[in-house]
Amino acid sequence: METILSISNLNKRFGPLHAVKNVSLEIKKGNVYGLLGPNGSGKSTTLGIILNVVNKTSGDYAWFGGKLETHEALKKVGAIIERPNFYPYMTAEENLRLVCKIKGTPYSKVTEKLELVGLYDRRNSKFRTFSLGMKQRLAIASALLNDPEILILDEPTNGLDPQGIHQIRDIIKQIAAQGTTILLASHLLDEVEKVCSHVMVLRKGEVLYSGAVDGMSSKQGFFELQSDDLQRLVTVLQQHRSVEKTQLENGKVLVYLKAPLEAHELNRWLFEQQIVLSHLNFRRNSLEEQFLEITKTLA
Amino acid sequence: MKRLLAIELQKAWKNKASRVLTISYFVLLSFLALIASIKFDVLGIQIRIADQGIFNFPYIWHFNTWLADWAKLFLAIVVVSMVSNEYSYGTLKQNLIDGLSKKEFLQSKFLTVIVFSLVSTVFVFALSLVLGLCFSSYNEPGIIFSDLDYLIAYFVKHVCFFSFCIFLAILVKRSAFALGFLFIWWVFEGMLQHLILPKIIGSTEVSARIVDFFPLESMANLIKEPITKFQAYKAIENQVNAGAAPKDYSVHWYEISVVVIWTVFFFITSFKLLQKRDL
Repeated sequence: METILSISNLNKRFGPLHAVKNVSLEIKKGNVYGLLGPNGSGKSTTLGIILNVVNKTSGDYAWFGGKLETHEALKKVGAIIERPNFYPYMTAEENLRLVCKIKGTPYSKVTEKLELVGLYDRRNSKFRTFSLGMKQRLAIASALLNDPEILILDEPTNGLDPQGIHQIRDIIKQIAAQGTTILLASHLLDEVEKVCSHVMVLRKGEVLYSGAVDGMSSKQGFFELQSDDLQRLVTVLQQHRSVEKTQLENGKVLVYLKAPLEAHELNRWLFEQQIVLSHLNFRRNSLEEQFLEITKTLA
Repeated sequence: MKRLLAIELQKAWKNKASRVLTISYFVLLSFLALIASIKFDVLGIQIRIADQGIFNFPYIWHFNTWLADWAKLFLAIVVVSMVSNEYSYGTLKQNLIDGLSKKEFLQSKFLTVIVFSLVSTVFVFALSLVLGLCFSSYNEPGIIFSDLDYLIAYFVKHVCFFSFCIFLAILVKRSAFALGFLFIWWVFEGMLQHLILPKIIGSTEVSARIVDFFPLESMANLIKEPITKFQAYKAIENQVNAGAAPKDYSVHWYEISVVVIWTVFFFITSFKLLQKRDL
C-alpha cells in the first residue's frame, strides 16, 4: 500500500518542555486514522510540524515518499487545525477562491465543495457573519477543495452543538466512504471509534499504542460475574489457568484473561466448583476504557 | 509571481479599510495639483504659487516627489495591517497549511509593496508631467526629462519604507504597536542625531553623518527638502547669506545604495523571523 506520510523519531522541545518525544508513524493510503490523546499530549504540535507551521527540533518526516518539498506536498493535503481561520471581511466564496489561488485549484471546485457542506446558499455572506458550525463546515470545504490525498482534521467538532457535531461527523463519514485517507485528531473517543480503522494513542508526547482499532479492544475482553459469595468466587477463579487477574467492582467480579475462554466453558467450570452464577457477561472494553487503561498503566 | 501578487491583491482589495485608505492616498496625491490654485499676499503683492516657478521643469520633479512623499503614511497603515491581520486572523497559519511557503508568503507581501510604490511613482510622474506642461516656463523635451532620478529615488524610498513597515509588523504582530514602534524609531533617530551622539562624539557634523546610515534618515536623505532651492526663496537667501557654500540637492548613488541595503536587510530579517517562529 502506498505510504502518504512517514514520520520517524520526531522531537519537539519548547524550552524545557519536551512536547513531542520520538514519535514515529506511518500513514497508508485509504485508511482512516485516529490520533488520540488528552489535551496537551502533543497531537496538535505533531500535526503542526508536518503541516509546516511548527519547526521540529529533530527527527524527520516525509510526504509522499519525500519526493516533494513540504509546501508543495501540502497542496495535495487538506487540513483543518483547531479553529477555522479565514478572512472575516471576505465572503465564503471569496475565501475559497483565495485558497484555490494558493493551491492552484480551478475555481469550479468552489461551488462543488460549498454544496457538499451545505453552504452554497450562504456563499455570498461574509465569513464573520457565520456561526461556529458554519465556519467549521467552510473549513472542511476549503480542506477538500483540491480533492486531497489525505484529509487532516484536528478536533473538528470542538465547541460545536450536537447538531453541528452530527453534521460534521456525517461529512467525515461521507468523505471516508469515498476512500479518502483521513487523519483525525481528537480527544472524543466515540468520535474516533465510529469512523477510524486505525488509532495512535499519544500521551505526554509519546506514542503509547499504534495499530488497528479492533486490535486495541479484542485483546482486552473480560467477564463480569456475580454470585452469592463473591469472596469464594474470587479464590476459585484464581485457580483457573486462563485467568490473569480478578477485580472487584460495584459488587461484580471482573475477570481478565490471559488465554481465550468461552463463556459456557467458564460457567461449566465454575458450576463444577459448586459456584452458581447470578450474572455472567462477556464484555469488550470501549475505546474510552481502553484509552484510559493504556494512558494509566504507562503513567 | 503573478499568482503571489493575485493572492495578496485579493486580500488587500477585499478589505474595506485598506481599500478606503488606498483610494484616499491617491486622492491626496491628486491634491498636489491644487497647489496650483493657491494664492497669497506678501507685502501687498499677490503671489500665485503656480507662477513662482515651482512647476518649472525640472524643479517640479524634485518638488512634487518631496511633497507627495508625506502621503505614504496612509499606505503605511495599509501595509502594516496587511501583515498584522494575517496574525490576528490566524490566516498566516492557514496559508502555510494550504501550501504557501513562508518565503512565498513574504514574497507576496514584498511584491505588493513594490507594486504600490510603482503605481505611486507612475502617478506622481503623470501628475507632475501634466502640471508642468500647464505651468512650466520651459517646455523643451531635454529639460522636461532631466533630473528624473528624483522619481527613481521616490520609488526606492517607498519600497524601503514599506519594507520597514512589513518588518515591524512581522516583528510585533500587531498593527497599532508596529505603527507606534515606527514613530518611536523616528524619535529615536532624531534623538540620536541631535542629543545622544553629539554628547558622545562631540561633533554634530559627525553624528549627522553616522545617522545618515540609519533607515529613516537614509530614506529622508534621498530627496532633500526643495524649499531652499526654490528660486524666489533663493533670491532672498542669497542676499542675506551671500557666499555660503551651495547646498547639494541631487540624488547620489551611494545614498540610494544605503536604502537598497536596508530594504534587503528588512526582507531577509523578516524571513528569518518567520522561519524561526512556531505558529
